[in-house]
Amino acid sequence: MNWQLMWDSLPTLLSGLPLTVQLVALAEVLGLGVAMGTALMRLSTSRIADAVARAYVFVFRGTPLLVQIFLIYYGLGQFPVIRESVLWVFLREPYWCAVLALMLNTGAYTSEIIRGAILSVPHGQMEAARACGMSRFLMFRRIVAPIAVRQALPAYGNEVILMVKASSLASTITLLEITGLARRLIAQTYAVFEIFILAGAIYLALNFLITRLIRFAEWRLTPYLRARA
Amino acid sequence: MHRHPPINPDAPVAVRVENLHKRFGPLEVLKGVSLTAREGAAIALIGSSGSGKSTLLRCINLLEVPDEGRITVGGDTIGLKKTRTGRTVPADPRQVDRIRTRLGMVFQSFNLWTHMTILENVIEAPVHVLGVPKAQAVDRARALLDKVGILAKADAYPVQLSGGQQQRAAIARALAMQPRVMLFDEPTSALDPELVGEVLLVIRQLADEGTTMIVVTHEMGFAREVASEVVFLHQGRIEEQGPPDKVLVNPDSERVRQFLARHLSG
Repeated sequence: MNWQLMWDSLPTLLSGLPLTVQLVALAEVLGLGVAMGTALMRLSTSRIADAVARAYVFVFRGTPLLVQIFLIYYGLGQFPVIRESVLWVFLREPYWCAVLALMLNTGAYTSEIIRGAILSVPHGQMEAARACGMSRFLMFRRIVAPIAVRQALPAYGNEVILMVKASSLASTITLLEITGLARRLIAQTYAVFEIFILAGAIYLALNFLITRLIRFAEWRLTPYLRARA
Repeated sequence: MHRHPPINPDAPVAVRVENLHKRFGPLEVLKGVSLTAREGAAIALIGSSGSGKSTLLRCINLLEVPDEGRITVGGDTIGLKKTRTGRTVPADPRQVDRIRTRLGMVFQSFNLWTHMTILENVIEAPVHVLGVPKAQAVDRARALLDKVGILAKADAYPVQLSGGQQQRAAIARALAMQPRVMLFDEPTSALDPELVGEVLLVIRQLADEGTTMIVVTHEMGFAREVASEVVFLHQGRIEEQGPPDKVLVNPDSERVRQFLARHLSG
């Protein structure tokens, strides 16, 4: 075990941290919008909306993220229509391809988390809202969403952690985030064990932080559960 | 013995239900029920389980949409229409929302919003549905919580309250909308026996003050002392209705007699 090499490699690997965080943060923020829309489509009375959302979730949950990344980055450029469209500004960039793939992937999973959370809101809570004249939108905003968010948070925390780890796949399309930099360092030093241990430790620290943040959010949002004691 | 104050027979009609029909699949729960509640009336709906009394109450504020019939609240007749699949739905959801603000509903299982404190529960609809300024809503909420005897619990969450306290909070929440009519759906059926009294006391006080109310109940003693009129439902139809001294003491219907024999002895 070459400790000196590990110590010397730390700054290089850490310089990939902002890109990892950026990929995950962007994918999560955009993915949350996709997930919300998808969940509402699945819960809507429209059969077409439900079928479209169902198909999307089926495909993106059922295929490997790596395949999705390759299809978007290497595959889409094969079509002249896309190369000549405005979209090409984004799709020729590995960065945006990675964000897109991560976003669509997390959107599919998160939509199921949101759907489950919304369905778990007790019927009586909604009936009380309707009985005092709340519109559907107001009821969603004031009653359903707050209860559902608290319900979804633990599962959503899991999903964010999975995304942090999944973002390492972005290294396969030339992005130099933590794993990308690790692979480059290994190509230079052949110190596979040391460098990957270090990379793993950085992911671990990042996920530890995220776990804490989610737990804090849960604590803040559920005073009524703490109050029981 | 306590009695409901007399009702002015010329008082305006608060709620009128005409020829209500409601079907759940093959089961016809209401088979043409008509009912009028004048202002100041306290109507007790009684009957065996499955008689349709809760469904009737829930139709009044459209938590159940009747298949047929007319519902009028304070002169506003709820518009209903048939969909292509033959279901009956409200013609204008906004009208339903508006009418619901005039009807205070109290549920068997309280249904307080678990993520809000008691005070937040009480001010929620006045502030967000009616647009009452928050400070004003809070003042009024505190007065109502005081009235039902749980002001000390204003900042507690529903899980911290006993069933009786939760139900009193739910009554305060309904009253906060200043409804024209209060609807009580078996308000004491989910309570431990020793907590029933405190909730009935609050409802009785409201009746004495002249609050118009329709109460689905199994408490015959309460119906007798508090109601201005008792309506007995049997298999989706009104079997007998009248003043409590008549219906609960000397009913015409043999079915009511049998029902009372079961309920007064038990």
